[in-house]
Amino acid sequence: MEITTDLLNKTVTRLSSKDLSKGQVFTVDWEPNLAYAWDDGVAIGRYLKELKRGLIMAKRCRQCNRIMLPPRMFCERCWRITDEWVPVEDTGTVNTFAISHVDWAAGRIPKGQRFFTPAVIEIDGASQGMGILHLIDEAKPEKIFIGMRVKAVWRPEAERVGAITDIKYFRPIG
Amino acid sequence: MGRRRVAIVGAGMTKFVRRALETPKELAYEASKMALESCELSLADIDCVTIGTAPDAFDGVHMNGEFLIDGSGAYRKPVMRNYVGGGTGVYAPIHGWFHVASGMFDTCLVVAEEKMSSCQPHPAGAFLTIFDHTTEQPLYPTLIWIFAMEMHRYMHTYGLTKKDIAPVAVKNKKNALDHPAAQIAEEITVEDVLNSEVLAHPVHRLDISPTSDGAVAVVLAAEHVARRITDKPVWIDGVGYALDTAYWCTRDLCYPEYLEVAARQAYEMAGIREPHKEIQIAEPYDPFTYKELHHMEGLMLCGKGEAPRLLADGVTQRDGNLPVCPSGGLLGVGNPIAAAGLMKVAEIFLQLRGEAGKRQVPGRPTTGVAQAWGDLMQVGTVMVMRR
Repeated sequence: MEITTDLLNKTVTRLSSKDLSKGQVFTVDWEPNLAYAWDDGVAIGRYLKELKRGLIMAKRCRQCNRIMLPPRMFCERCWRITDEWVPVEDTGTVNTFAISHVDWAAGRIPKGQRFFTPAVIEIDGASQGMGILHLIDEAKPEKIFIGMRVKAVWRPEAERVGAITDIKYFRPIG
Repeated sequence: MGRRRVAIVGAGMTKFVRRALETPKELAYEASKMALESCELSLADIDCVTIGTAPDAFDGVHMNGEFLIDGSGAYRKPVMRNYVGGGTGVYAPIHGWFHVASGMFDTCLVVAEEKMSSCQPHPAGAFLTIFDHTTEQPLYPTLIWIFAMEMHRYMHTYGLTKKDIAPVAVKNKKNALDHPAAQIAEEITVEDVLNSEVLAHPVHRLDISPTSDGAVAVVLAAEHVARRITDKPVWIDGVGYALDTAYWCTRDLCYPEYLEVAARQAYEMAGIREPHKEIQIAEPYDPFTYKELHHMEGLMLCGKGEAPRLLADGVTQRDGNLPVCPSGGLLGVGNPIAAAGLMKVAEIFLQLRGEAGKRQVPGRPTTGVAQAWGDLMQVGTVMVMRR
């Protein structure tokens, strides 16, 4: 059976946002009020504690010999408990990045405000390809490139709370 | 292995639109009813139902699958809902295939539905909670960021420019002009893509599929039943699915390894040794322009980094040697997440039967592949079909 336009035209009633804003269709609005207290777990808990001290700590799996970031309690490849904690650098290399003109809910960034420049940063001292998501700043977006060397800019010690945002962003080196 | 051969015997769908008045279960009803009518079955002929629908957060309704069962013809029937993000649309018929191939049931109605428009102000916001709650969410990431980063890594690795990738949008939106369900079919140029609004460099507006409401359904039957229902069964000869780790920053985004794993599984089952020669028509998942190319490579329809050359040479046009997304894909038909993947399965079904109307590819293809992808850029779902 061929699926034709005639057949499909009967399947949905198309609405426009005007139909909604003018109240021409009935809708129900609901603002969810959902609160969560997430546990950070064995590995990330320690990771955050060390970030508060200004240190990035990775974890090694002696079987595959990867020094992993973010640190894991167990190695997903070898399926075993990971071994020692390894301090790594707060410098790294941009593996990839984007220049985002939209925020997390797809809203456009107002004129004059800086675009978001998220990046995957491979941290020095961790195994090759072990990157973390963070933001880049102190560099014009169009000057950022894959392979660029960057360094963490930490919040002042008194302001750190044990969160990934204790690193404000990464800035270019040199 | 003692599994039974399973065929697709019918398909139905709704139009894909930005916002539909119909509720999710009403959309599911329209698609399911059409699928049954297309093969002249009634609900009494259906032994079980599988439902694919993506995050409950779109609808703001917990147990979205349970709400859908009435519209999906699953009232007081064995029913299961499945969900692997954007990969759901091809996972849902694989899930249905298990039910029939195992010998448990002779027929299965597979329904995939998505209504994204309820989520305000934009369904993109619903995706914040797919990121790690401690190490990523505090940075307020959005999906476009990570796809832009994946696209960037792909371009960097193979020395590609935006110009090499943009023709995917031109091709798919044009193909969609012939698809009756299409939401954003149009004739555009490469320049239109390059000049469209930048959302997250290197992703522009015309590189992205829209948000959509819609539903698709297909009917599966065991071989002995399928042959009674139709003289044009389309056989599910291979299925594959695999997930990579959610630590998406710790793998090279230039190539979807997990998809290769899934594709190898499906090809081995279907007895396909050289996919680039044996697959004659393909519907890889194309929510973004670069994803069609990325997925052609992961499906091993060409070598790594070679898909843009096939595109440039016209090989992937509807009248080329390997038509890719002849439906118009997500970029042209639309992207009601789970329904979009099943639309791809329905397209291969219709093409292999010669029922694709103006979209029909020449050469009477016998073997096709449909594929979907999603979660944190980590799942590949693959189905190989033959007539």
